[in-house]
Amino acid sequence: MMQLDRIVDNFDIFLEGTWMTMQLTGLALFFGFCIALPCGLARARRTRFLSPLINAYVYAFRGTPLLVQLYLVYYGLAQFDVVKDSFAWPVLREAYWCALITFSLNSGAYATEIIRGAIETTPEGEIEAATALGLTRFQVARLVLIPSALRRALPQYGNEVVFMLHGSVVASVITIQDILGAGRTLSARYYLAYEGILTAAVLYMALTLALVMTFRWLETKYLRHLALAH
Amino acid sequence: MRGAAAPMENLILYAPLLARGTLVTLELALASLLLATILGALGAAGKIGGGPVARNVVFGYTTLVRGIPDLVLILLVYFGGQRLLGVLGGWFGFGYIDISKFWAGVTAIGFFYGAYLTETFRGAYMTIPRGQIEAARALGLRRIVILWKVTLPQLVRFAIAGYANVWQVLIKSTAVVSVISLQDLVGLANDAGKSVREPFTFFAAVFVIYLLFTFVSQSIFNWAERRYTIKGRNDAA
Repeated sequence: MMQLDRIVDNFDIFLEGTWMTMQLTGLALFFGFCIALPCGLARARRTRFLSPLINAYVYAFRGTPLLVQLYLVYYGLAQFDVVKDSFAWPVLREAYWCALITFSLNSGAYATEIIRGAIETTPEGEIEAATALGLTRFQVARLVLIPSALRRALPQYGNEVVFMLHGSVVASVITIQDILGAGRTLSARYYLAYEGILTAAVLYMALTLALVMTFRWLETKYLRHLALAH
Repeated sequence: MRGAAAPMENLILYAPLLARGTLVTLELALASLLLATILGALGAAGKIGGGPVARNVVFGYTTLVRGIPDLVLILLVYFGGQRLLGVLGGWFGFGYIDISKFWAGVTAIGFFYGAYLTETFRGAYMTIPRGQIEAARALGLRRIVILWKVTLPQLVRFAIAGYANVWQVLIKSTAVVSVISLQDLVGLANDAGKSVREPFTFFAAVFVIYLLFTFVSQSIFNWAERRYTIKGRNDAA
């Protein structure tokens, strides 16, 4: 029933798709983190002008589907002549860059919330001890607050990483050949109903498992001091 | 585009269409939530009170679902389901049945979030102090009475925050059902936006409608949480 040979013969497109998915997810997580660290810190400090702006950003991206955000960037921006005539158009007309920009902003919003939460739950004593040692505010942030918060953010951030991996499937909807894109190409090429999608499902599962295990290992490495406290 | 001059005009023209799409999305989300709740309750029951077979089945179910993206499951249910019906039709001699996109979406999303609700319900059950159930048993209450009078009321209280989270993610998930060309909010806005060449205007409207969904459901759940939490008690923290 299942046409395994088709999958085996075309496995190269799945390998390329896997690389595309890993690349998109990895880069989006990296840029998202770069957005989230300053935003999370600013949010935790509750500055008068910055906090509401960051709040609005986080709320908008967490409150809407990733697919709609992607459509808004990929199909939506072409509506404006200003965008089409601008220097950025060669980038913004490419599906790949649209996906990367959208995913980065999306991941940035979720990670901001995670980092904000971790910073706000930092025990007062840690900061007081560091201040008592004569560290400047900047040193406290760099040496104590951020490393401590990032460690405690690890389990939730692990969830966000898996969430981003799974969210990245919508890239295939705007013609990007990621894992699901490869699966749908295979299905279309040979008129198969489910073989391509099933293969994609297995690949996503393998990637998820690898990520979950990596984060579990990271947690035992970096959160051991917290486990002892319980 | 010249259309930028009066972007609202087309939006108003297509408002009934968007309203219909919004209704489809809401129906899809609510039907999926119902299925997910049933599956979640069954899953949690299997994990808590079931034998080794039931526990393994539930374990397989939750692990499987958490490993794959929602869209992959939707495509699998829709295209795989169509093929399955075809094969079954050949065996049992019924003709070609066209699978409904709406119900394929409900099945996939309900099945998907049922796995997450399994964990939510199980977690909430674990929060109920064991002594209460032992006390109820010592009083000679029957199992069904314990379930109805002791377990369930507290389960609702402890599960409500997690349930709200799952709902918020679920409703956003409904957007991807448009990929199998269901005429939901996203699908209709896509068609309309392309035909009047104002995709941004229409997707911006969809964006705002989803934000409204998020805002309204958050308000409802905040109210429910206040309603079901006993003041001064913090067991579920």
